[in-house]
Amino acid sequence: MSSLDRSDVARLAGLARIDMSDADLDRLSGQLAVIVDAVAKVAEVAGEDVPATSHPIPMANIHREDVVRPSLAQDAALSGAPDAEDGRFRVPQILGEEA
Amino acid sequence: MSETSSLTDWTRATAARMADALAAGEVTSVELVQAHLDRIAAVDGPVHAFLHIDAEGALETARAVDADRAAGVSLPRLAGVPIGIKDVLVTKGLPTTAGSRILEGWIPPYDATVTRRVREARMPILGKTNMDEFAMGSSTEHSGYGPTHNPWDLSRIPGGSGGGSAAALAAFEAPLTIGSDTGGSIRQPASVTATVGVKPTYGGVSRFGAIALASSLDQLGPCGRTVLDTALLHEVMGGHDEMDATSLDEPVPAVVSAALEGAAMDLTGVKVGVVRELSGADGGYQAGVTQRFEESLARLRDMGAEVVEVSCPSFEYALAAYYVILPSEASSNLAKFDSVRFGLRVERSTVEKTMLATRAEGFGDEVKRRIILGTYALSAGYYDAYYGSAQKVRTLVQRDFDAAFAQCDVLVSPTTPTTPFKIGERIDDPLAMYLNDIATIPANLAGIPGMSLPSGLAPEDGLPVGFQILAPAHEDARLYRIGAALEASLAAEWGGPLSAQAPELEVAQ
Repeated sequence: MSSLDRSDVARLAGLARIDMSDADLDRLSGQLAVIVDAVAKVAEVAGEDVPATSHPIPMANIHREDVVRPSLAQDAALSGAPDAEDGRFRVPQILGEEA
Repeated sequence: MSETSSLTDWTRATAARMADALAAGEVTSVELVQAHLDRIAAVDGPVHAFLHIDAEGALETARAVDADRAAGVSLPRLAGVPIGIKDVLVTKGLPTTAGSRILEGWIPPYDATVTRRVREARMPILGKTNMDEFAMGSSTEHSGYGPTHNPWDLSRIPGGSGGGSAAALAAFEAPLTIGSDTGGSIRQPASVTATVGVKPTYGGVSRFGAIALASSLDQLGPCGRTVLDTALLHEVMGGHDEMDATSLDEPVPAVVSAALEGAAMDLTGVKVGVVRELSGADGGYQAGVTQRFEESLARLRDMGAEVVEVSCPSFEYALAAYYVILPSEASSNLAKFDSVRFGLRVERSTVEKTMLATRAEGFGDEVKRRIILGTYALSAGYYDAYYGSAQKVRTLVQRDFDAAFAQCDVLVSPTTPTTPFKIGERIDDPLAMYLNDIATIPANLAGIPGMSLPSGLAPEDGLPVGFQILAPAHEDARLYRIGAALEASLAAEWGGPLSAQAPELEVAQ
């Protein structure tokens, strides 16, 4: 496994929807490379025969009856929204000019 | 009230003592709450354990409890005993930030299940305690609102992520607090502040309304200054909740009776395993940490326990697996902070540009690091090597625990390799920061319960050392029995709890 470089971090930041300035990339890239190198050792120990564990305590899916139950009122659900209109979340335009 | 109550500093009492005094009419809940609010006003400036204080709300609950008690209404055991809640839990009507600027000013429209249970237990909520942003950290230095300081030495870290909950206890600002533990965020702060903290079995406490960090690792738990107090809160918090799909459908373990049984200091027939890989036997642990650990083992032996050594060889890979699994799950969980439904919005011309700018401004560096790391570990071409491998390591860690618990009832280790370090010392070295949690992380990977309790002060620096106890899944009660026995044995030597030895904090006028 190869380490992360500055351009990788820039690409990943885009995927994660976090703007990063040159200063951010300078500061974080080196630290991230060190961390990635350190965690790469996970690939050293477990062979093909070891099953993966996703969940610490084995559990089955939980089901309930498909009936309407009380939930948040609309105004409560919208109470923390940065912007709302007509009982809905309001967002800036979705498509950019270039689209 | 009576003469006694005006002469007693109630902030120094245990929660159990407060509950008894309330029931006996020695003190009122209003007096208890006011004493803690006064203490917070006096010392929390420099400690900064709280992000938000709800004086009026706490007093209102207290007045209602006092009125009900006077009217002869039957009340829960801890009714009227004040509590602090980690800011990771949503509290209807009270600001909730999870330590992040991206949630600054957010007032949740609902209560977490644990918040609801605290309210149903009629416990006045003093406020919300400080934490590393989204619980990412071991020092609270990653809080978006400034670090919490360790009451034992204000220049040092109180642990993290639940440094606020631990420091509030150590500074006598609250008798009980709630924490969350993803890789040690309850136990490590307990260790460095000479308090008690328990991470219950995964699923033992509902996480509905807890702002998620890593969903396969997170568990809420109780924090106190004594093992019995911690047990009393555990029984308030625990139990099945249909709002959390990972909630265990089984009774809350009988942790209070286990704590009372342990206090009799008889451990005849109990088998205690020392995990070689977590014991600091290879060096690397601070000398005073090792010394206090060895002394505590001798005490367990003196009380009749048999102490054996066990080996968990795959623990060597646990830290690496954790720092793949946690960022992966966190990068997904934190996608919801997108400027649309709650929290910060930094307005730009399009939604996408708004998201990019909002997340850049709202998240701190540690959150950005972990989101990037998780995005990388989950990306095409790397998934098998990182996330897939980490999940296999998780299986190996569980197998090691299974083998160890086949030989003994509980496993023990020092909670942390060192006493609390200086604020600022490791802030620019993420890897050094991650090593704080080397002994606590395996329990989260396996979902098993763990406790940290004080084992003394390191001779070289006079700072707290924690003793960790781990038990098999569902066997939380064992932690309390062994922990209460060790606590009683140590308290007999110290003439009281270690927390009483904390230096006096300067009091603001």
